[in-house]
Amino acid sequence: MTALDFSLILLATSILAGLLGSLSGLGGGVVIVPVLTVIFHVDIHYAIGASLVSVIATSSGAAAAYVREGFSNIRIGMFLEIATTLGALLGAWLTTRVPTHSIGFIFGIVLLYSAYASIKKRQDEHTQQQPDPLALRLKLQGNFPSGPTTHQDYVAQRVPAGFGLMTLAGTLSGLLGIGSGAVKVVAMDQAMRLPFKVSTTTSNFMIGVTAAASAGLYLHSGYIAPALAFPVMLGVLLGSLIGSRILVRAQVRTLRLIFALVIVALGIEMIINSVRGVL
Amino acid sequence: MNPPASGQWTDQRIEIWVGIMLRTGVTLAAAIVLFGGILYLAHASGPRPDYQHFHAEPAQFIQLGAILDGVGTLDPESIIMLGLLVLIATPIARVIMCIVGFLFERDHLYTAISTIVLAILLYSLFFHQ
Repeated sequence: MTALDFSLILLATSILAGLLGSLSGLGGGVVIVPVLTVIFHVDIHYAIGASLVSVIATSSGAAAAYVREGFSNIRIGMFLEIATTLGALLGAWLTTRVPTHSIGFIFGIVLLYSAYASIKKRQDEHTQQQPDPLALRLKLQGNFPSGPTTHQDYVAQRVPAGFGLMTLAGTLSGLLGIGSGAVKVVAMDQAMRLPFKVSTTTSNFMIGVTAAASAGLYLHSGYIAPALAFPVMLGVLLGSLIGSRILVRAQVRTLRLIFALVIVALGIEMIINSVRGVL
Repeated sequence: MNPPASGQWTDQRIEIWVGIMLRTGVTLAAAIVLFGGILYLAHASGPRPDYQHFHAEPAQFIQLGAILDGVGTLDPESIIMLGLLVLIATPIARVIMCIVGFLFERDHLYTAISTIVLAILLYSLFFHQ
């Protein structure tokens, strides 16, 4: 295969991965890393390097659209970014220490969990507990538009649990070159009992900053190969932009189910390859 | 998206400016990467590069000075790296904007929190063992 063919095939595949990541709500990184390693036999270090830059691109591109709706909360996001960036430093450092097959194995597990999280029926279980005093002191509260003229107020609960989960989300992001939006949403939605729409939009907002914290070490360690990153970054960005347009119009329940199966297959393949040591 | 009208600084206003900045940053980065990518494909000959075995990328694509030197000679891969650096700088610029916004809001707690996040980001970029 020539360099030209390889780049064009990568571009087309990355557009599909970005589309898939956007429609399933999993993000492009979770899809592109297994595709690069399992199908294109790219070493996982190069794969997570290319993925990380595409994650920064899609997060920044999408955040610009979200801020207008008034759901994302910059204070909650900024406070929790202390946890995710510290976690990302740890995760990126681990990539230089942990053997390749362990990274692949952990990635496979995260894929299986992500597939489950993407199809699980979500219900708001926001019990009216006393707000965490820490949350009040840190101003982890806000309101969002619940109708044309009405607003609904919320205050975070269980801040330490949320902070801990965010550190884990950051570590996974740095270790696997993904946005780990699924874990971030769990931290805010489940642990801190924030409204779902606030959790998802704030999570997306945080992904770029989290990924930027790993980027320095990735760059320094030589994981970011320009000729590989260019079709992947442009493709995933384009695919996810197309996906977000479709999302507004389409009923995606069935699509999600099909995508979840694809993700499960990739996850199992990654685990098997890791155990056999061929990743 | 229009810039907010002048008046009191609010979180919403910070967010709108941040949104404009993020869109500008990612568009600029994508344009540079696309330009470098087209140059790369125009010069590409021979078989696909081997990514199957990991050898760290050469210093030419790691050190800022070396990357800029490459951009000066229109080296395609250096131009791609420049675009990626702009991309990585975008979220960092976002945190700096938030620091400024919180300063205008006279919110000392969040000025401090944002500064901690910025310090972690700068540490990750510039300090390595």
